[in-house]
This record gives sequence, C-alpha cells and structure tokens, in this order.
Amino acid sequence: KKTREALNFSVFKGREVNEEFFEELEEKLILADIGVKTTLELIEELKREAKKKKIKESDKILELLKSRLKSILLKHKGELKIDHKPFVILVLGVNGVGKTTTIGKLAKQLKDEGKSVVLAAADTFRAAAIEQLEVWAQRSGARIIKGNEGADPASVVFDAVQSVKAKGDDVLIIDTAGRLHNKDRLMKEIQKIKKVVSKELPGEPSEILLVLDANTGQNAISQAKAFKEITDVTGIALTKLDGTAKGGIVIAISNELKIPIKYVGIGEKIEDLRKFNPEEFVEGLFS
Amino acid sequence: MFDALAEKIQSAIGKIAKKGRIDEETLNKGLREIKLALLEADVNYKVVSDFIKDIKEKALGAEVTKGVTAVQQLVKIVNDELVKALGGEAEKLQLKSKPSVILLIGLQGSGKTTTAAKLANYLKKQGKKVLLTSVDIYRPAAMLQLEKLGKQIDIPVYLNQNEKDAAKIAKEALEKAKEEQYDVLIVDTAGRLHIDDEMLEEARKIKEEVKPDEILFVSDAMTGQEAVNIAKAFDENVGMTGIVLTKLDSDARGGVALSVKGVTGKPIKFAGVGEKIEDFEPFYPDRVASRILGMGDVVSLVEKA
Ligand SMILES: Nc1nc2c(ncn2[C@@H]2O[C@H](COP(=O)(O)OP(=O)(O)OP(=O)(O)O)[C@@H](O)[C@H]2O)c(=O)[nH]1
Ligand SMILES: Nc1nc2c(ncn2[C@@H]2O[C@H](COP(=O)(O)OP(=O)(O)OP(=O)(O)O)[C@@H](O)[C@H]2O)c(=O)[nH]1
Ligand SMILES: [Mg+2]
Ligand SMILES: [Mg+2]
Repeated sequence: KKTREALNFSVFKGREVNEEFFEELEEKLILADIGVKTTLELIEELKREAKKKKIKESDKILELLKSRLKSILLKHKGELKIDHKPFVILVLGVNGVGKTTTIGKLAKQLKDEGKSVVLAAADTFRAAAIEQLEVWAQRSGARIIKGNEGADPASVVFDAVQSVKAKGDDVLIIDTAGRLHNKDRLMKEIQKIKKVVSKELPGEPSEILLVLDANTGQNAISQAKAFKEITDVTGIALTKLDGTAKGGIVIAISNELKIPIKYVGIGEKIEDLRKFNPEEFVEGLFS
Repeated sequence: MFDALAEKIQSAIGKIAKKGRIDEETLNKGLREIKLALLEADVNYKVVSDFIKDIKEKALGAEVTKGVTAVQQLVKIVNDELVKALGGEAEKLQLKSKPSVILLIGLQGSGKTTTAAKLANYLKKQGKKVLLTSVDIYRPAAMLQLEKLGKQIDIPVYLNQNEKDAAKIAKEALEKAKEEQYDVLIVDTAGRLHIDDEMLEEARKIKEEVKPDEILFVSDAMTGQEAVNIAKAFDENVGMTGIVLTKLDSDARGGVALSVKGVTGKPIKFAGVGEKIEDFEPFYPDRVASRILGMGDVVSLVEKA
C-alpha cells in the first residue's frame, strides 16, 4: 500500500574513509533528525576512532556508528511494567502528536492481557476530544470517565481515581489536552493533575508517558526538556513512524535527557503500537 | 533565547569581528556557524547547502556598512536572503469562483480542522458567506470536532455522517454552497501520509469533485528534516496553491518554512499561532526569518547603522 522510497545505504559501503565520507555521514545523520549537536559529537568520535585504530574501510565505521547509537538507546532502556494495582499512566505531549490514539492502542493491549482498564477524559478543552476518546474506549473495551467540555481537568481526574478505587480496576490511563511546552499556565496544570492522583493514590502515577511525533525536528528536545522539568517523565512514545520521518531526535533525547523510549506508533489503527526495539530503530535510521 | 548555538555564534562573531572586511577565510568561518544555526532551526540539509552557496557569492561582492563588523553584515545578508526566500510579502488568497472552494490537506495532526475553522472565521469577518464541511470519514469524532468549532463561530457545517465516500460528501457540500449562494466553501480532509497511495488517490478525487481555487497544505512548524519530502509529495500527488504554517506559537525556530517554500515554490499564506480560533494571521516572512536565524538583534543593529 505504501511506497516507501528506500534510500540506499549501500553508498556507504566499500568506501574509502576520508573527509568526504564523513561529510556524507554527517548529512545522513542530520537528515534523520538526530540533531546537530549529537551528530557533530558522533562524527568527532568516529574520526578519533578511525585514526586511533587506523580504520580504512567505511563498512567498519558504519558498524561502529550503529553500535554506538544502539548503546545510547540501550543505556536508558525501559518497559512499561504493570506490577501493582491500581496502576496510573499519565499521558502528556504537545498538540496533535497522537496522545489520544496511543491511549486507545495501549488500552487495547492491556485489555488483551486480561486487565481492566479505565480511561480518564481529562482533555476538556479541545472540541470533541471527549467523544474521540469515547470511541477509543469502545474499540478497546475500556471504561471511560468523563466530565463536561470546559470542566476542570483535575476534577475529571479526581472522579476517575475515585471510580477506579471503588471498583478495583487494574489500570487508569489519563488523556490530557495537547499543550505547548513553552506555555507556563498549561504546564502548571500538569502538576495539579498529578497532585490529585498522588493524594488519593500515593506513589501514582507510576508512569508518565510523553508522546512525541516522529516528524518533529529539533524542537522535540525542547519539548522533552520542558516536560521533564515540570514533572518526572518516565518514558516516551514515539508516534507516526509509519511515515518517512526517522524520528532520530529520540537519540539526542536519550543521550542528553536519559528518558527511555517505550513505544512506537506505526499507524492509525488500534493494533499499530509496538514496544520500542533499539536494534530495529537504528537499522531504520539508515534505510 | 540563548541556547548553546547562539552563544557559539556570538563568540565566533566576536573572534572574527575585528577584521574590517569580509575576506574568504572570515567568510568561511562565519558561514559554517550560520549553516549550523540553520540546521538547528530544522532547515533542510540540502536547502541549507544551496543557500550557503548563494550567500557566499553575494557576500564576497558586498559593500561594508560603516559601524558594523564583517560578520554582523554577513548575518544581515543572510537574513535578507531568508526574507526573500520566504516570499517577501504575505500573499492573499485567490478566490475567483462563486462559490470558491478552499481544500485543506496535510499530515495527521498538523492542524487542518482547527485551521478550517480559523480560516472560515477570518473570511466571515471580511464579509464573506462561508460554509464548512468535513470529509474526514476516518478519525474518531473528526466531523463532530468541526461541527463544534462551527457552532462556536456561528458558521454552518455541512456533514453527512453516514456516507463512506469522502469525494461524494465534498460534492454534496458544493451543491449546497451553490444552491444557497455561499461565497466560500472550506473542505476539511482527513490527515494522510504523503506515501499512502490510496489516501492520495482519495485526495485527488475530492479535488476533482470540487475544483478548488485554493489547495492549502497545512504544515506543523515543528516538523524536522522530512518536511521537504512531505511537502514535495503532496505538491506532486495532489497539488497545492499555498501553505499554512501552524503551531508557530511554539518555540520552534520554524526552518520548515524555508524548506517547504523552497521545495514547492508555493507561498506561505497564513500562520496558526495558537489553539483558539482568533489565533490566526497572514504570514510575515521577516518575523520568521529572524526567528530561523535566531539573531534578530544583529539584524536590527545593521539596519540602524
Ligand atoms: N500515521 C499515523 N498517524 C497517527 C499515529 N498516531 C496518531 N496518529 C494520527 O494523528 C492524529 C492526531 O492524533 P491524536 O491522538 O488525536 O493526537 P493528540 O495528541 O491526542 O491530539 P490533541 O489532543 O489535539 O493534542 C490523528 O489523525 C491520528 O489518527 C501513528 O502512529 N501513525
Ligand atoms: N498551539 C497551537 N495548537 C494548534 C494550532 N493549530 C492547531 N492546533 C492544535 O493541534 C491539534 C491538532 O489540530 P487538528 O486541527 O485537530 O489537526 P488535524 O490536522 O485536523 O488532525 P487530523 O484530522 O487528525 O489529521 C489540536 O490540539 C489543535 O488544537 C496552532 O496554531 N497552535
Ligand atoms: Mg487528544
Ligand atoms: Mg482533522
């Protein structure tokens, strides 16, 4: 169905290791959105290695690069582990990245594992955000707790927590409104939501998932920084990897901010959510 | 904004500022820093390379303004080139037919539905009679979203929730617009990937059905290096007459503006600057140029000298 134009990475094979080769590699990394700073660091490192070990073959440099990228990602690896109940997952991110869709997909996976899942419709701002989540609740078989459009999101979260406590559900996933990380008032709202949860359920939320769009460039670093500053982000879900964007910015984020990437979104359907696989991801950067 | 790079550039400028004229070595150093600034702003790598080449030619022949350093002058040259590349002045909508159809296309989540409502409100304020329609038969509650936005601004929204053919809904909306003498029909479409052949075919069918005066490609200002491929694919496979850049209220530098304009040659007509319906304005190239470069202070310094 999709005609992905496979960029040939064979251009890097069997080449002489020289300035031109490194320049092309630099271009490749920047085009994958890995970021200027991280790219320059990586290239510097490879040049040093090449000199020290007198590497003449480009294939070897490429392997070195790949294993370096994988080790950056593996160093801060993490998985969503639901080891107690109720387990609360708070989902955050800027506008339109795929929060609500990712929640629908995740709810389905957890339901399939036999867990009872509740969704809190705490995006009371965007038009039809509640109804959108309702559809995902139906599709996944999760229960939904909602308020009126325009209601205080914290009060919806409060109701949801009470309901989960009363009924003894396994997982609560909170959908929040898209918010730009440079808007203070909206960012502070997160702390209020979190406080409501932890007051009723000490230690929760156990997971604070930041959703990033693979199409996003350097700004994703700024997003991750700001969200991490305002609250303890525990993981990243990287969406829209079914496009042509490589999502390389998560390398820089993993490297600089040490937040594990936990999930990737690869489509709009309910089954299009995968656990993050560093090996596959790094191979994808060069494909 | 003082990120690491801005600091680096300032210091580089400081180091070579003492020289009075732009010789080749000074130029190369300065250009390298500017190249990195553009890449940090998400301007596409290939666009940057071409751009730097052009600047180099211009800069070597430039007269030096008194009271400014060579590199400051270089920044100014780059800024002016950016403004030029971004399209000088804002371009207006070309609405010739009655009713005139505006079709909105773009990737998932870029801001099409919000932009549809913003644009409708903008045109209504200019005295136009506007009809909205959504042909998004896929996204949960997509039609309801537009319906609610329409209510907020008191603009009618034509919907057909039971129809499973997007082009047919578009056709019905156009018929209504003709019968009821609307000036403008704005068609909101489902988000689609630029590599999804079936969905591109759907977009072409919608276009064929409504023969739009304007096809606006809605692009998120936070997009990275792929922006060029995305814009190009939409332009080639569906066609576009202009671009709307959304989420410019973020702190993104917005290099995507240069990339999409550069690769499609189509003007950026509007900017989305917030989630609310009023957060919408014509696109001002000069503001975005100084933002991409991140050196607005230097530019105004040279302008004053
Ligand atoms: N191709 C693709 N589209 C996706 C993916 N995840 C989400 N989307 C689409 O992206 C668009 C936005 O998704 P939402 O889930 O509404 O995003 P959100 O972050 O909740 O948006 P706001 O609540 O408005 O901030 C929708 O059209 C989704 O279908 C993905 O992995 N791949
Ligand atoms: N901050 C900000 N948010 C915006 C802007 N434009 C749109 N949004 C938000 O971005 C998110 C996605 O907007 P939509 O209009 O639903 O995007 P769409 O392109 O119709 O999405 P799909 O139909 O799923 O493809 C929503 O949360 C909007 O409120 C803008 O200029 N600034
Ligand atoms: Mg949402
Ligand atoms: Mg939409």
